[in-house]
Amino acid sequence: MSLETTEIQDKLVETFGENVFHFNQEKDIFSFEVTADKITAIVLFLKNDPTLRFHFLTDICGVHYPDNAIERQFVVVYHMHNWYENKRIKIKAFINGETPDIKTISTIFPSANWMERETWDFYGINFIGHPQLKRILNMDEMISFPMRKEFPLEDGGRTDKDDRFFGRTQSNR
Amino acid sequence: MSELLLPPEHRYAKIIQELHNEDGSELSILNLGPTHPATHGIFQNILLMDGEKILEAEPTIGYIHRAFEKIAENRPFYQITPLTDRMNYCSSPINNMGWWMTMEKLLDIEVPKRAQYLRVIAMELARITDHIICNSILGVDTGAYTGFLYVFQFREKVYEIYEEICGARLTTNMGRLGGFERDWSPKAFELLEVFLKDFPVAWKEFENLFERNRIFIDRTVNVGPITAEMAMAYGFTGPNLRAAGVDYDVRVAHPYSSYEDFEFIVPVGKSGDTYDRFCVRNAEVWESLSIIRQALDKMPEGNVFHADVPEYYLPPKEDVYTDMESLIYHFKIVMGEIPVPVAEIYHAVEGGNGELGFYLVTDGSRTPYRLHFRRPCFIYYQAYPEMIKGAMLSDAIVILSSLNVIAGELDA
Amino acid sequence: MKMSDSNIKMVAPPEGVSGEGFFATTLNDVVGLARANSLWPLPFATSCCGIEFMATMASHYDLARFGMERVSFSPRQADMLLVMGTISKKMGPILRQVYEQMAEPRWVIAVGACASSGGVFDTYSVLQGIDKVIPVDVYVPGCPPRPEQIVDGVMRLQDLVKSESVRRRSSPEYQELLKSYNIK
Repeated sequence: MSLETTEIQDKLVETFGENVFHFNQEKDIFSFEVTADKITAIVLFLKNDPTLRFHFLTDICGVHYPDNAIERQFVVVYHMHNWYENKRIKIKAFINGETPDIKTISTIFPSANWMERETWDFYGINFIGHPQLKRILNMDEMISFPMRKEFPLEDGGRTDKDDRFFGRTQSNR
Repeated sequence: MSELLLPPEHRYAKIIQELHNEDGSELSILNLGPTHPATHGIFQNILLMDGEKILEAEPTIGYIHRAFEKIAENRPFYQITPLTDRMNYCSSPINNMGWWMTMEKLLDIEVPKRAQYLRVIAMELARITDHIICNSILGVDTGAYTGFLYVFQFREKVYEIYEEICGARLTTNMGRLGGFERDWSPKAFELLEVFLKDFPVAWKEFENLFERNRIFIDRTVNVGPITAEMAMAYGFTGPNLRAAGVDYDVRVAHPYSSYEDFEFIVPVGKSGDTYDRFCVRNAEVWESLSIIRQALDKMPEGNVFHADVPEYYLPPKEDVYTDMESLIYHFKIVMGEIPVPVAEIYHAVEGGNGELGFYLVTDGSRTPYRLHFRRPCFIYYQAYPEMIKGAMLSDAIVILSSLNVIAGELDA
Repeated sequence: MKMSDSNIKMVAPPEGVSGEGFFATTLNDVVGLARANSLWPLPFATSCCGIEFMATMASHYDLARFGMERVSFSPRQADMLLVMGTISKKMGPILRQVYEQMAEPRWVIAVGACASSGGVFDTYSVLQGIDKVIPVDVYVPGCPPRPEQIVDGVMRLQDLVKSESVRRRSSPEYQELLKSYNIK
């Protein structure tokens, strides 16, 4: 691998300063955090920079941390991949739990379109500027966001299974 | 007519109003799916059509949304493999192995070479079955039922091998942390040898039936082409991307389970059309067969089939009754109380349809804090409306089956 | 050619009185026999079990042996709805619509754990068994069931069909059943 993580870090810090932080190597993936409102600029930079060339968006997903401070309750995780140098990176953007807004990157990567819709569907994270932000997997009529931690896994309305007989509780642990 | 059915804010309503054909003919709206027989699985597309030509398409998915990711947050790590089975059910072992390898990456478990080779064999068998389904169904959709009946019996042969390995046919739940649940029986190797002998003959005939078949060529060449740039922008991976001419393969880019030990070609197409996708899958089957052969030949001696990690791997049952330590491990594993570090892991394997990724966030408890599956089908299916624009209705069906979109994986 | 020389398998005739040139039996039995051996399946395949159904239909298991050569993809012509795979809540109304489009007499087989009870997917998005929306005649267990099991499920349905009274579909009990599902 000729593209060193230090080079990625230097370039990002040089261009975006304090908006990029918490660099660390997690197993085989180089990972860092960004401030949420700079996400489009950073992704665009990573994609178009002639040495970085992270031209492939592997994945977008959300994670919910209800126990965190209010401005760090949701995180949107972006996985990008440079096929020329075979280098993967992970970008995390923490956003506010009450107004989970972040800019869309579907203008940069068309593949982000559905991934962002899925994240909206699961977590209610609002991607500003998304062309068609509506439910994708669940029914349009649904009002809650099922992947949030407070949402129960099982359907509350079911009548055929009694938890007492299955030894199950709602708790995660 | 169409005004009655469509809410005025729907984008088709505007297009219909604006577009008038010179001969006075109207555009029509056709609802394709979700239970249409030719959309194997359940995909709904609302098509705006001019005669038989598709102008616009609007896909709706989620008809088989089963909330895998939510279930995964509520299940101990060992109970997640059965879920991965049901994601891409055409090639379950790849999903199983992908999940175990994610766990092994998390726990830093080194899997012995022999177990890795066995895994490679299982995964390549799965790839073959996946491609058998895709290509034979593509044949059915272009009007050749024979090919399907002919090669489908070889899926049965692969199922028989699976049954020898793990006892199940389709949803295999194969493997355990660090290797396999039991050593492969001599019968499994025997069946494998028979398969390696018989299948190439049948597959060659299947290829001959289609590759220079005039009808097949007319139906597939230049149908649903996609350029390499478009394919990458839409997040294509796997055979569909390679058909467009990009040689990205996770097995080569980030070798896992000792794929670096094997010699194989990554077949690429040129124009990314349906015919190229068919040919790339065909070629991959040959490569998979060659990988299986190599793995069998290079298989290390002995009967090691799992890593020596007593805290994660169930002890033999007789030890549980006689040995205190084994009993404790057995109890902890069965109750899902294994020690797991706090970490974030991304691991990708080359699934039947592309890069199948597992993004795992743990918090040290007995369940994943978050498990996200990067499902290749979900990501590349969004290019489908773009690909069928301007195509005939019957082409739309062929394009769909050549993309090999698996509903279970699409909707998670 | 005598009947015994032929290798064509015939179903056994129903109970009845036979003599020189005639055979008398009840209408029920004849109709049942005819219906049971020419069931046209409508595969409603959504997921994993659908792949096993493909295996059942393919050369190895060959469901055509039971008079089910013609898979009917149009609900109007089908007699037997085979629901294979998970039915999510989003899919429920569509399944119901398909069932309503089928003409009487119609039978339903729930193939696999998901269609029967929701299976492992005890989640917010999955219908906990299709019997919540449509009446079911035969449940086939398994996740997914083996093709033999699917074939067995079909044969059990044939038993039901054979013994079904021709008047059942207009009986008040049946109307009551449909009413409980709110199907007209």
